[in-house]
Formats: sequence, structure tokens, C-alpha cells
Amino acid sequence: MTTYYSEDHEWITVEGDIATIGITAHAAEQLGEIVFVEQKDAGDAFEKGDEIGVIESVKAASEIFAPVNGEVVEANALLADTPSALNDTPESDAWIYKVKLSDAGQLEELMDLDAYKALIG
Amino acid sequence: MSEMSKRTPLYDLHVELGGKMVDFAGWEMPVQYPMGIMGEHNQCRTKAALFDVSHMGQVILRGENAALKLEALVPSALTTLPEGKARYTFFTNEDGGIMDDLIVSNAGDYLFAVVNASMRHQDIPHMADNLDGVEVTEIFDRALVAVQGPKAEDVVGELCPVARDLKFMETVVADIMGAECRVSRLGYTGEDGFEISIPEDRAIEISKVFLAHDDCEPAGLGARDSLRLEAGLCLYGNDIDNDTSPIEASLTWAIQKRRREEGGFPGAARIQREIAEGAARKLVGIKPDGRIPARHGVEIQSLDGDTIGTVTSGGFGPTVGGPVAMGYVSAGHTSPGEKVNLIIRGKVQPASVVALPFVQQNYKR
Repeated sequence: MTTYYSEDHEWITVEGDIATIGITAHAAEQLGEIVFVEQKDAGDAFEKGDEIGVIESVKAASEIFAPVNGEVVEANALLADTPSALNDTPESDAWIYKVKLSDAGQLEELMDLDAYKALIG
Repeated sequence: MSEMSKRTPLYDLHVELGGKMVDFAGWEMPVQYPMGIMGEHNQCRTKAALFDVSHMGQVILRGENAALKLEALVPSALTTLPEGKARYTFFTNEDGGIMDDLIVSNAGDYLFAVVNASMRHQDIPHMADNLDGVEVTEIFDRALVAVQGPKAEDVVGELCPVARDLKFMETVVADIMGAECRVSRLGYTGEDGFEISIPEDRAIEISKVFLAHDDCEPAGLGARDSLRLEAGLCLYGNDIDNDTSPIEASLTWAIQKRRREEGGFPGAARIQREIAEGAARKLVGIKPDGRIPARHGVEIQSLDGDTIGTVTSGGFGPTVGGPVAMGYVSAGHTSPGEKVNLIIRGKVQPASVVALPFVQQNYKR
């Protein structure tokens, strides 16, 4: 399964027309200890670049920006109970949304792992 | 990071310890170490943590009647401050606002003052220009290290036995490993602890011996902020500034009786009036009901939807285990238990006014 990466340090994997979105381990490391995650609800539609959530760490609040157009199918309930999971397993259990893509062609504008690694140095 | 950023005498130690360096008031300071802000915070509450506060301004005021002359700039009583004692105070402006807060110690032959890093450039000329016949000397060749927490006495006492005998807000010149240091039993975390002024060329060596103690770990500015917030202590520029009066900021305790009655400090008219009649707004603790941190700038509303104030400091309190904040609310809404609403990213979040501090202060009185 291909993983795509955004410049805002999100990862996306796709199965059929459902994508899973999360933040990268690098992003989680930069944010510091996460204490609250504000998520959208299932059914909420958004466009690329929209704010689709907020991550509160002990340091600051950081917005999550949509890397593609879509609609929320599921917000990960794990994060409501255990926001720190986003520090522990950001690229697996602590995904943020499952979304229905409305423009799969946008994936091609994202980075692959090598390009993302180059970005974060 | 700006090339203009200044480095403290402990800079190399921060780098060696893995400190994440950020610019703070023009200084390259560690915001955290590998332990992380929450771990460092808990370390200070349960054992001992070492903070570099060398970016703060250390000042010597020397001259006849220096304490009396300084009273013309601050509303606290200084002429009656005994030798070996320190006192929290603030410079006020003509409108009764706060220009900066500081600690003044009576060192016998002179006064020793510590002012905020961000306000050094203002405070030093302010004193030099207004204290006639007092020599104002900013110290550039000493570090300032804070060791804070319930085990601070053990950590510092091993190297400096006389430190054990100090009580809260007492200060003494003491030998530490052959270096002449000023050891003061105070700090800004709500915990027992010491601030130690150390010659710059010995600062890393002595700090390393403190850190070699099993109960002492380094902590950065991130933990310092959450610790002082839980302890209900004001941060200059956030909770207090040129517009806020000491009465509004609930700092009336720092204005002793004689000064309240006699005045004779900048802004006395407003400050005396507010002591007598009450202030239009007050700094209070704000405890959000949920888990969303309310940060600086969040609007506070009454349950009727009227704007009654603003959050000035807020974040996650590791010891409290949830969000904590401070802010100004208008008179009539300041009683602990008062229900209020916070407007966070456009949504209403319920909260309560609470008494400060959030965490009991543990000073050695």
C-alpha cells in the first residue's frame, strides 16, 4: 500500500476510495507531548487546505490542514480518550481520520517517502 | 535563530544535555531537554530540577539610602527589609500599571535586584536615571541557576551546607566549591528551592555537580512556564503589564501597610483608590471543565454571553492533570465557583473561576 506525505507532515494511505490520514512521527516529535486533539465529525466535508482539526500539546495549539478534498467517514475515538497515543504511535494506531476522497487525483500532488525524508532532512 | 541571540554561561551545558534551544527575549535558551516538558515539570514537583535563569538581569544598587530611594519607584516597603531578606515587588508607572516585576534583596552594603530578561533594557536605565546618588551596576559575569523542588535542599545542601539553614526569601553569600556565590531561598515554581548567582567561569562545573545528584535533572522554559502557572505566579508581559495595576493582578499582598497609607510611588493615586474601592477587574484562576487548553487571548464570557474578560496565561497543568488558566474578569464575576464560558476557536467551552494557586505552594517558611 502506497503512503503519501504532505508538506504539513501528514501521511495518507488509500484503500479503494477510503483514505486514512495521520501525522508523521516527525510532526509528533516536533509538537511535543500532546494533551488534546480536536476532530471533525463523520459526515463533515472539507477541501484541501481547510483546517480539519487542532492538536494541543503542552507547548501550543497547532492546526491540522486537509491534504486533499474529502469527507470524514470516521474520526479516531482513541485520540479523544488518549491524546498521548499521537506521540506513541502516530503512524499506526493513532491515525486521525478515515476519509472518503472526492478527488483522488490530488494524491499525485503529494510526496512519496523519499521526497518527505528529503523535506525533513 | 537570530544571529543576535545571546548565550548564557550555561549554553554549552544545555547543548551537551540535549536541550532544544529556542530564542527567548533575545537569548538562546532550552525550552526542554530529552525528558520532555511534562517529565521535567513532574521532576520539579516531586524531586528537584535545575533551571538556567541567567538571562534575567542581576543588578547591584549601591549608595546611601538606596532602599529609601528605590521606594520612590516601587510600592513595596524596602527600608524595613532586614539584611539577608528578599522581597517581591514591581516598578509601577504614573498610571499605576506595572512596568516589570522584580526581586530585591538587602545584601547589607548594597541591594541586589533580579529583573526580567525581557525588561532589562528598560529597568536598568529606569533605575540609573531615577535613583540619585545610587550606583546601578548590571552584572554580566555571573550565571543565575535555580534548583527547585522538594529535594532542592538536599541537592544544594550537599555542596553548600549553609543553604539548609535559609528560610523562604532569605539570602546569603556562600562558598560553593571555592566560588563565591549568592544563595537565595526562593524561585518561581511554587516549590521550595534556591536561586544561586555563580561566577560565570564556574557555572557549568557547579551545575554539573548539582545534576550529578540522583534527584536532580535539568528543566527548560517549558516546564518553568507550566510550574509557575499552576503556582498562580504572574508572567510579565502576559498576566501583568503597563496597563494592569497590582490590585487588578491580585498582588496587593506585595504592598505593605505603610506604603498603602503613605503612597509616594508612581501611580499611587490609582493604586490607593483601587485598594479602597476595589478594582474594575481582577486576575483569577480559570479552570476549564473539559480537556481543551485555554490559551493567552481566549475570551471569557458570562453565562449570559457578555464579554467579561480575557485569558492571559493558559495551558496544560501536568500536576493538575488538565487545562489550567489565569485571566482577568470584571468585578462581580471574580468569586471562586462562578461559572463562565470560554470562547475557544469560536466554540463555547464551560469553565469555572477558581482560587489561585492550582497547586499548593511548598515554601520553607
